[in-house]
Amino acid sequence: MARPDPGTTGVPAPDVIRVDNVSKRFIVRKDNSLKERLVTLGRSGRRHREDFWALRDVNFHLHAGTTIGLIGHNGSGKSTLLKIIGGILDPTKGSVARRGRLAALLELGAGFHPDLTGRENVYLNASILGLTDKETESKFQEILDFSGIGDFIDTQVKFYSSGMYVRLAFAVAVHTDPDVLLVDEVLAVGDEAFQRKCLDKIRDFQQEGRTIVIVSHSLGQIVELCDRAILLNHGEVVFDGSPREAVAELRTILEDRRQSDLTTVQVSAEARIVSAQAHADGKAVGELVTAGDDLVVDIEVASESPLVGWVCAIQIDGALGQVVYGTTTLRVGAHPGDLVGTRTVRYVLRDTHFGPGKYFVNISLLDHALRHLADAPQIASFDVEDYEVAVGLTYAVPEFEELVE
Amino acid sequence: MTALVEPAEVRNARFAALALQPMEVVSSSSRPFFDGLKSVREVFSRRELLSLLIRRDLKARYKDSALGFVWSLIKPLTQLAIYYVVVGHFLGAAKGIPDFAVYVFCGLTIYSLFSETISGATSSIVTNAGLIKKIALPREVFPLASIGAGGFNFLVQLVILFVAALFLGGFQLGWNLAYAVPAIVLILIYTTAIGLFLSAVNVYLRDIQYLIEVSLMVLLWASPTVYSWTQARSVLGNGVLLEVYTDNPITLAVLAFQKAFWVGHMTGIAYPGLLLTRMGIAAVIGIVLIFVAQRVFSRLEGNFAQEL
Repeated sequence: MARPDPGTTGVPAPDVIRVDNVSKRFIVRKDNSLKERLVTLGRSGRRHREDFWALRDVNFHLHAGTTIGLIGHNGSGKSTLLKIIGGILDPTKGSVARRGRLAALLELGAGFHPDLTGRENVYLNASILGLTDKETESKFQEILDFSGIGDFIDTQVKFYSSGMYVRLAFAVAVHTDPDVLLVDEVLAVGDEAFQRKCLDKIRDFQQEGRTIVIVSHSLGQIVELCDRAILLNHGEVVFDGSPREAVAELRTILEDRRQSDLTTVQVSAEARIVSAQAHADGKAVGELVTAGDDLVVDIEVASESPLVGWVCAIQIDGALGQVVYGTTTLRVGAHPGDLVGTRTVRYVLRDTHFGPGKYFVNISLLDHALRHLADAPQIASFDVEDYEVAVGLTYAVPEFEELVE
Repeated sequence: MTALVEPAEVRNARFAALALQPMEVVSSSSRPFFDGLKSVREVFSRRELLSLLIRRDLKARYKDSALGFVWSLIKPLTQLAIYYVVVGHFLGAAKGIPDFAVYVFCGLTIYSLFSETISGATSSIVTNAGLIKKIALPREVFPLASIGAGGFNFLVQLVILFVAALFLGGFQLGWNLAYAVPAIVLILIYTTAIGLFLSAVNVYLRDIQYLIEVSLMVLLWASPTVYSWTQARSVLGNGVLLEVYTDNPITLAVLAFQKAFWVGHMTGIAYPGLLLTRMGIAAVIGIVLIFVAQRVFSRLEGNFAQEL
């Protein structure tokens, strides 16, 4: 992260990508067979197609050496934008201009042929990405070392494990000496050691002034790697600037969507979870939670017929769905009386130290045999303050000093 | 892993090099007419890729079969046997055609160059969908690569034909062999034009590849491969029908190919007049068609990625 700013290194960074007024329309046809098309030919045919704007009037210029993240929820147009930059799709309106050698990691091993050996595939794939045979030959050893494939290089690719496949493909792609690298979600593949290797390679690329465009749902990765982020929502750029702010904006959008399609799962008819709210003790709902705050979760439950010996469970998930915290009235040792009609209960979690980001609260209502009566996934949420000094799911005040004997 | 140069130096060198390059507009379709030359240049600059793709097609085709490449010879040889026995002797087409086996193999060899490349090229874009959706390439390389792979199979058959003609037909090495060159060129011109066009259209209408299978079957019988041109003339008469039949570029190529490898043409069998002139005109028309097909291809390729 301690990377020198690309603008301050002597040689000014030229623009490598210019995206001007780019719009992309997809036409969704409902009449797919030839017969249907003939029947609906002409004017009435218009009614059988639907226009869908995947991108609307997107503008941005990108300096060399920048690492930029494209973020947005599913279907926001970020992958379409990446494909347009890569020249795979044409924009309906507007234009994209760029310079330098480009490598696109949209799908690792897209050019691999299962019946050819690893070696043959390296040459083929490198050639697809724009290397001459001579260049590939000179880099072959490096590619082989990076991939860690070893003697299997002369085996047909169809016998490779998926990890080997991906490693070889990544190795080829990063050795094509690109000026611009487009990455779509592919960093999430392979085992942990290999992922680390990929991230190290990306950091090398940044040091060497290569431009990287990343599409990812891993917001943590975006904040960590990028020096700029563009937030897309329904094909429009809604934010362009620092990755931290872009990620915060995206979380707001996701929260709005979550609330609009909130569902509780009803297992049995008699008991249900009416509502729930989470906030820091002494603060309003929606205010940032800070380390040391007590977290209060108020839950309204209801039952038509008397419910004896019921259990209320809560679980707190991180933004990516990891379980961060969970407890039940059973563990706490609380024995709420019979549930008839509507009751409001409260959990207080003392002295919390959540890491920065968004958290979701899931609530379940169980009977005495721990059978689920009602589940309310993500019924409430809260945000934790963004501490500049640390990242992660938990927070502690960091201090650093040198030990002097 | 990278060289032991200061990253800042690498970066500065990269920025300086980038600043010198012009910004290029990224777009694959709707190019003006003369930009056809640009895509020829693009394809030419990726000729190493083209040759790798051809080799991939050839290697992958018979990779795990015991006989491997021999299979590509078994098919035409079987065809030859059937036509020789059934059409030649049962139906009596061999009467009046000396050296019938060589005659049929001449026609089949040049015709299979046409049929194999056309059917390979037509489906080439669809079979390479994975690549086209993920990587920006001059897409013309895919139909061209299948034409190259078809051409290689043709060369192998040509060697067999040559040997067979030498031993069975007792033909002489001479000027007549030169007729093979315009025949091959003519077929290649037309396969390029038709292959480019059909590969693009097939993306939007998959019926094309089935339609092509049927058409190729018909076209085999629309040229004098297993019967003689004279026999066709006696049915069609000397009018417009015969002209239409003769000026089919495949017919022209088949006739020229027979002139090259088959001794029978010296035994007084009738041939249409002005064969080379007709071929010249057909070639010019074919080159115009290549331009048209390239135009259509570049119009359509912009939407390949979303249609596949």
